[in-house]
Amino acid sequence: MSTGVINSKAASMPGNPIGQKPKPRSIVRRFFTHPGGYIPVAIVLIVIIATYCAPLIQIHDPNRIDYDIVNALPSWQHILGGDTVGRDVWSRLVWGGQDAFLGALIVMVVALAIGVPAGLLAGYHGGFTDSTASWISDAMMSVPGMIVLLIVAGGTNGNMMILMAVMGVFMAPGYYRLTRAATIAVRNEPYVDAAKVSGVSSWRIVSSHILRVIAAPLIIQTALTAGVALGMQAGLQFIGIGDPLAPSWGAMMSDAMKAILVNQWLMVPPAVVLGGLIGCFAIMGSTLGQITGTRSEKVRHLSRAERKAIAAGAQATRGLPAPDADVVAQVQGLKVRYAMAKREIEVLHGVDFEVRAGKVLGIVGESGSGKSQSVFALLDLLPGNGMASSDGIWFNGRNLAALSESERRALLGREIAYIPQEPISNLDPMFTIGKQLTEPMRAVLKMGKREAHDYAVQLLQRVGINDPQRVMKLHPHEVSGGMAQRVLIAGALSGRPKLLVADEPTTALDVTVQAEVLELLRELQAEENMALIIVTHNFGVVADICDDVTVMKDGMVVEAGTVREIFSSPADPYTRELIDASLDGAESRMELDAQLDARPELEGAPA
Amino acid sequence: MIAFISKRVLSGLILVLAMSTGAFFMAHLAISDPTATLIGKTATPEQIEALRDRIGLNLPLMQQYWNWFSGLFQGDMGLSWRTNTPVIADLGERLPVTLSVVFFGMLLCAIFGTTVGVTAGLRPGGVVDRVIKAGSVVLFAIPSYWISIVLIMVFAVNLQWFPALGYVTPQTSVSGWVASITLPAISLALGGVVMIAEQLRNSIVTNSGSDFVRTLRSRGLSTFRVSLHLLRNSAPAAVTVLALMFVSLLGGVIVLEMIFNLPGIGVATQQASQVGDIPMLLGITITTVIFVVVVNLLLDLVLGWINPKARIR
Repeated sequence: MSTGVINSKAASMPGNPIGQKPKPRSIVRRFFTHPGGYIPVAIVLIVIIATYCAPLIQIHDPNRIDYDIVNALPSWQHILGGDTVGRDVWSRLVWGGQDAFLGALIVMVVALAIGVPAGLLAGYHGGFTDSTASWISDAMMSVPGMIVLLIVAGGTNGNMMILMAVMGVFMAPGYYRLTRAATIAVRNEPYVDAAKVSGVSSWRIVSSHILRVIAAPLIIQTALTAGVALGMQAGLQFIGIGDPLAPSWGAMMSDAMKAILVNQWLMVPPAVVLGGLIGCFAIMGSTLGQITGTRSEKVRHLSRAERKAIAAGAQATRGLPAPDADVVAQVQGLKVRYAMAKREIEVLHGVDFEVRAGKVLGIVGESGSGKSQSVFALLDLLPGNGMASSDGIWFNGRNLAALSESERRALLGREIAYIPQEPISNLDPMFTIGKQLTEPMRAVLKMGKREAHDYAVQLLQRVGINDPQRVMKLHPHEVSGGMAQRVLIAGALSGRPKLLVADEPTTALDVTVQAEVLELLRELQAEENMALIIVTHNFGVVADICDDVTVMKDGMVVEAGTVREIFSSPADPYTRELIDASLDGAESRMELDAQLDARPELEGAPA
Repeated sequence: MIAFISKRVLSGLILVLAMSTGAFFMAHLAISDPTATLIGKTATPEQIEALRDRIGLNLPLMQQYWNWFSGLFQGDMGLSWRTNTPVIADLGERLPVTLSVVFFGMLLCAIFGTTVGVTAGLRPGGVVDRVIKAGSVVLFAIPSYWISIVLIMVFAVNLQWFPALGYVTPQTSVSGWVASITLPAISLALGGVVMIAEQLRNSIVTNSGSDFVRTLRSRGLSTFRVSLHLLRNSAPAAVTVLALMFVSLLGGVIVLEMIFNLPGIGVATQQASQVGDIPMLLGITITTVIFVVVVNLLLDLVLGWINPKARIR
């Protein structure tokens, strides 16, 4: 019932309406071909037309009292019956509508006329103008509009049109916030800066762009405002504000309320018309929101049935024979598809790779080549709309593709572990580092509280954090990227995994920290004799740490082999390009050969 | 933390002072001559003059403002022009009624909004999600008194599960009290439930795709434990909506009190409005704003407790 609600509704719509440029003509067409568009519009239009035309042909005076039809049910003479004092319900309904629509119109116009210009000014000028206007807007939103309306009603003898104008003022913050946010967004666009530099009045650019950007959100807001205005107006009339003699929907409901035990029918006409109209406005707003993308989602969420079908399909796949005993993980013919809103896209088209115990496999490719998708499928950590199928995903002699979801999850955190790319965003911002480290130790590894704490301290020390007790008490936003990555490595190690999968573990770090983290990974891998898969776009990392390498492009494997083979004689021109790009310099291969020879631990790594 | 709280308390105080000043002048601007409604049209000029003297209308406006404003600091909101009794005593009796309904409504919003929002968010595209998506648009827009009328017709008149009218104090009967505020609270809360549910659902869907959720899953945490992380990360948005809800519930309760015949602030507002009883109207406005400020402060503290980043500001 207050202005605040509308606001937050607009703010809660997922997807940012600001910055998208709707195409007006197609939006109008789509709105009027959508059942959620034309049906409510048609209903509202019919009611409006009936309201304004019916008095011309109406047969009864809305205020004429006829004692014969007191509480009468519908008849041919009085199609909606009579009210508690014997007035014709149909006539009163029709006449009441005129004031209702006029009132809603006043609210919309006043709210638009105050909110939009104020939002433009505050958003454009910022600073003092902005903080003052925003404070006023917030203050207005902290008083229930109904109370203000009742104060005003006290002095104006319930003049409904003045009340509607006041209501418009209290609805303005909704428009203000919407416009202000859009203005700020547009003002910060690069093209506005460019225009400023070239001397064009940026105010002109901003205002013309903003109006295009906020047209749809404004219409949505206006539809909601219209509904709320109708509701509040009838609410005021319901509690006896306004001309007691004039027919109104609120007064009709109030009249019906008094007779609710005698004649329940009386409530139906005004309640249905009012509720129906409000619903229609809401649906219009929601449909427009859907069409302009303020409410739609690009991905399609899979239903439970679809999930089951996918899981069953994955289990049914007949794998190739099990790989050699020293192969820790092997992926065969892996395909990954995503369900989008209108179609499915396949991002992996049959990928194979394997890693042996104590070895390091590098999966290399540019962004979009599908290298991360490959390991997420291996880990069973694809997003909700992702679907994997394969000829077999072998881990330690078991075909994971044939396991159930829960059986696969049981491997995670114990036998298989994962180190992510972007350290800070991979820690839960709401919990301390200590809590995040120890929670899986207690829940998955079944340790006691003390035991988990000590183990976490020990692991943090192992990954090179000197004051683990202090770090455990910090939140993710209080540590550096390098520190966060070490924490994540410690977490991954906690289950003493046989297979560690690291997705670009150094990409997001500073150059100096990159080398340290890579060195740490190498040490830990050798110490625990884990199989390690490193996803990277950087052949420098491959040269540094890997034994084998798989090169990917466009969701397929381009070539695979040992690091030495690939570096010395890349079979595919794409691999050569990648190597050259990573190592920038024609003589790099020679240097690398020398580097490889100088690394005995790589040559003599345990098999 | 102390700096954070004192800053919020100070800004709340400024808001209360600004709103009371604004409300005072707005009320005197809107209600220019309350005597007509206060003693009726048949009163003699002498009677009117005596009334104006008694309620201080003959003093200059600034003088009236100062008298009223300085009284506020001693907890004195003046005498009601209509009943000639202290405003604050009347509000003290009525507040428990209104707050019972509003806080019960808030509680329903929080409990059912969370349950439905989490269910829909964890299974986007599922049955609960689709029902909420379809229902939320309309339920949000429908005024609470409209819902209450439907509820009364179904549950009070036809099924007779609840009393249609009246208020029972918890001192008289706790179950009677709950029964008397259940229908109003449900009417009040229904729109809020879908708003909070949708807000929570959207944050959960967004957060589900975030990196840390994948990493938590990679460490073998069960779906339930991961959901707890999701819920804590999604709660701030829902709590913010809950704060906005409070204002909207305070507005909505006015009409509901009339419908359910509850002797709360809403009825007092309507009566005071009918006769232009300015001290009463101002008392109600200030009390309301104070409660809004306090509830917002409490929810800010909750936000700080949920989200460590919010504690810095």
